[in-house]
Amino acid sequence: MEPVIEKFTNKDLVTDQEIRWCPGCGDYSIVKQAQTVIPELGIPRENIVFISGIGCSSRFPYYMETYGMHSIHGRAAAIASGLKGSRPELSVWIVTGDGDALSIGGNHTIHILRRNFDVNILLFNNEIYGLTKGQYSPTSEQGKVTKSTPMGSIDHPFNPIALCMGADATFVARSMDRDPKHLQAILRRANEHKGASFVEIYQNCNVFNDGAFEIFTEKSSKKNETLFMEAGKPLIFGENSDKGIHLDGFTPTIVDLTATGMSANDMWIHDETDRVKAGILSRFFDNPKNPNHLPRPFGVFYVEKRECYEDSMAKQLVDAKAKKGEGDLDSLLRGRETWTVN
Amino acid sequence: MNTDGFDPKNLRLANIPEAENPLENHSLDNYKVIRMDVTKMTRAALEGSDLGVKEIDRAKNMFVLGFLYWMYNREMTHTLKFLDEKFGKKPDILDANVKVLKAGYNFAETREEMSTRYTINPAKIAPGTYRNIMGNQAAALALIAAAQKSGLQLFYGTYPITPASDILHELSKQKNFGVKTFQAEDEIAAICSSIGASFGGSLGVTASSGPGIALKAEAMGLALMLELPLVIINVQRGGPSTGLPTKTEQSDLMQAYHGRNGEAPIPIVAAATPSDCFNMVYEACRIAIMSMSPVIMLSDGYIANGAEPWMFPKSADLKPITVKFAKDKNAGEKFLPYKRDENLSRPWAVPGVKGLEHRIGGIEKQHETGNISYEAKNHEFMVQMREAKVEKIADYIPAQDIEVGTDKGKLLILGWGSTFGAIKSAVLQAREKGLDVSHAHVRYIKPFPKNLGEILYGFEHVIIPELNSGQLIKILRDKFLIPAEGLNKVQGMPFTAEEILTKIENHFGK
Ligand code: SF4
Repeated sequence: MEPVIEKFTNKDLVTDQEIRWCPGCGDYSIVKQAQTVIPELGIPRENIVFISGIGCSSRFPYYMETYGMHSIHGRAAAIASGLKGSRPELSVWIVTGDGDALSIGGNHTIHILRRNFDVNILLFNNEIYGLTKGQYSPTSEQGKVTKSTPMGSIDHPFNPIALCMGADATFVARSMDRDPKHLQAILRRANEHKGASFVEIYQNCNVFNDGAFEIFTEKSSKKNETLFMEAGKPLIFGENSDKGIHLDGFTPTIVDLTATGMSANDMWIHDETDRVKAGILSRFFDNPKNPNHLPRPFGVFYVEKRECYEDSMAKQLVDAKAKKGEGDLDSLLRGRETWTVN
Repeated sequence: MNTDGFDPKNLRLANIPEAENPLENHSLDNYKVIRMDVTKMTRAALEGSDLGVKEIDRAKNMFVLGFLYWMYNREMTHTLKFLDEKFGKKPDILDANVKVLKAGYNFAETREEMSTRYTINPAKIAPGTYRNIMGNQAAALALIAAAQKSGLQLFYGTYPITPASDILHELSKQKNFGVKTFQAEDEIAAICSSIGASFGGSLGVTASSGPGIALKAEAMGLALMLELPLVIINVQRGGPSTGLPTKTEQSDLMQAYHGRNGEAPIPIVAAATPSDCFNMVYEACRIAIMSMSPVIMLSDGYIANGAEPWMFPKSADLKPITVKFAKDKNAGEKFLPYKRDENLSRPWAVPGVKGLEHRIGGIEKQHETGNISYEAKNHEFMVQMREAKVEKIADYIPAQDIEVGTDKGKLLILGWGSTFGAIKSAVLQAREKGLDVSHAHVRYIKPFPKNLGEILYGFEHVIIPELNSGQLIKILRDKFLIPAEGLNKVQGMPFTAEEILTKIENHFGK
C-alpha cells in the first residue's frame, strides 16, 4: 500500500519568522511561487529540505516550514551532496545567489552538476552583492560602477547557463521573479527532473541594482527582448510573435516573419535534448544595448537522462554486499592473520 | 614491490600458481605494500641513453636503493662515492647508475612516502590473540565499528592528502559494511558533505592533515553551531603550510584547540600508538554522538603509517553507543531544536520525521527555539553553553591513569600522541636505574579527565615532551597553573627513548 501523504497548502509552508528582505525585493515573489508549487508535488512536507549558503537569497530556508539549513558562504551544494548521498529519498533544494554559487562556491557548483545528484538548485541572480551592500558580483556586467568599483568593474562576467552546460549539467533552465506563472512551471519541471536541476532566476535587487533585468521583465520591452523556449515549438518572439530564430549552420539569425513571408515552422524548433543546440542557446547572452542583439532565452535549455550519483553510490553498496556478504565486524577486527601469545 | 616481477612468467619461474599471486590474494594485507614498476621506471629514467636494454635493466637495483634512502631518511653521499670509485672509468655506466639512484629517491619523495617509520621495542607482550595493525587502518576499522555499534550509516567525506589518504583507501574497500565514501572536490566540500550527512542522521566523518584541516576550519565552526555530531581526524605532519608532508610532528594541537573564528570549543582526543588509533577514533565517534558536537581526533604520520601487534577487541566488548533520534515534539505543541538534555546536548532531529520540521544555521540562535537571535545576553549565554557542553564530556570519559610508576612522586613525564613509545621505554629504563619517575599519557585533551589536575599536583616536577615548540604545555600551565617544563623537538622526527632518558637523568643530576 502506498503511504498516505498528508496534504498541505501554501499556508502550511509559511514559518513564524519575520521576513527580513527589503520591501520590494524580487525574493518575495520567488518564495511565494515555491510555496505555491511545492504542495502540489506530492512530496511529504517532512521529506523536503532547503539548504542555502550566505547572502540575501540564502535566508530563504527560514521562510519555508520544511527542514532547512542556512549554512556558510558558498557551501550549500557541498552540504546538499552529503545529505542527498546519505538520504536519497529526501527532496533536496539548494537556494543560492550569484556570489554564493558562482564566486565563493563556484567549485561546488560545477562539481555537483557533473556528479548529477538529484537536487534542485535555485540560483537567484541579481548581478550584485546585496547582503554586503552593493559590491559587483561575478555576473555584474563589465564596467559596472559599484561601491567597490568606482571606476567601473574590469571583470568579465560569468554566463551562468553556459557555465552549467560546460559542467555537463543534466537540467538547465532560466526564469525570472516577475513572471510567476513561468517560474512556477520551471520549478515543477526542475522537481520532475531526476538529476541536478539548475534554475537561474533573474531577481531584482531593488536596493542595490534596481532594474538590472527590467528590459526582460517590463511589459513594454519583454516581448521583443525575451525568447520563451518550449519543447517541440519554434523559437518565436516579438511584439506580435512576428520574429523567429533561424539557424544558418551554427549561426543563429533573427528572421522577420512578416517581411520574409517565412512561417513559424521554418524556424528553429526547440529540442531540449540537443546538447549542441542548447550550447548555442546558452550563448544568447548579448548586451541588449547592442544593435542586432539576440533575445534572451527563458525556459528549459537542456535536459539529459543520466544516472544520479546517489543511486550509483547506493548500488555499489548493494554490489559489495552481494559479492562479499554483509560485513561482519568481528571478522573485520580480526583481519586475515592472527597469532596467539600464551 | 616490483610489480613487473610478478607477471605470469616470473610466477611460473618461482613455482607460484598464478591464482596465488601474492599481489592479489590478500596475503600481504597486513603489510604496507608499495607497488612500483621498477623496470619501467628505470628504463624511463634512462631514456635516450646509449646503453643497451640489458645494461639499463641492470641499474634497477639503484632505483630501489634510492627509494630506500628516502624512506630511511639517509644521505646518498656514500653510495655516490662508491659508484664513482667503481664506475669512474666508464662514465656512461656511472651516469646511468647515478641517474637511476636519484630517480628512485625522487620517486619516493614525489609519492610522499612516509620517511619516518614506527618502531616498537620488543617488550613483554600480554597473553592473547594478536594481529598487526597500522594507525590509519585502525582508524578506518574504528569508524566502521562505531557505525555498527551505533546503528548509524557511516559517511566519510574526504579529499586525498598525505598522510591521511590510507583511511579513505581502507574504508572504500569495506562497502559491504554499508560505508559511504565520498572523495569530494576539495577539503571544504569534504567536511561540508559530512555535515550534510550528519544532518540527515548519518555518522559524518572527515579526515585530513594540517593544511586540509586549515581549510575546514570555517565548516568546523558551522558544525559546532549546528550542534551535529561530526568526527574530524587530523593525521598531523610537519608544518606550517605544505611543510613536511612525509614527516611527523605534533604541531597542530593549537590549531585543534583554537583554530576557528569566535569562541568555538571542540572536544579533542589523541591516539598514542597505531592500535590506539582504534580506541581514540571510536571514542571520538562516541563523544560526538553523545555531545552532538564535532570532535577532533589527532593522529600523526608516525603512528598512522606505523604498525604494531594489536590484541584486537571483540565487537561485543566495545562500549555501547546509543543514538536517540528525536521522534516527538518536546515542548507540548512545539518542537524546540535547541532544548538540552542532561549532557547539555540538543535533540538530533533528522529530516523525514513529521512535525519536527525546523531550520538550523550558523547564525547565533536563541536558547531552545534555535531562532536567529542577535540579543546580547542570549549570545553570551550561548557561548557559555557551548563551552559548558564540551566541559560536560568529562562526566563520560575515563579517568586519567598512570602508564608507568606511581600516582605521586618526584617527576612525572606527561605525554600525548605518538611520543608514547619513546616516553614509556625511557621511563621504564629510568625506573630500573632507581629514579622516581612516572609516565602518564593524555588521550583526552579537551576536556581533560577530571582527575588530571590531582595527578599533576601529586608530583614535584612535570616534564612534557612534545614534537613541537610547546603546545600542550601552554594549555596545562593555563589550566592548572603548574611550572611544567617542556622537552621539545621539531625536526620532523620522533623522539628516541635515549633523548627522553637523558632529560630524566639530567633532571636528577645524573
Ligand atoms: S539587498 Fe537587494 S537582494 Fe537583498 S533583500 Fe534587499 S533588495 Fe533583496
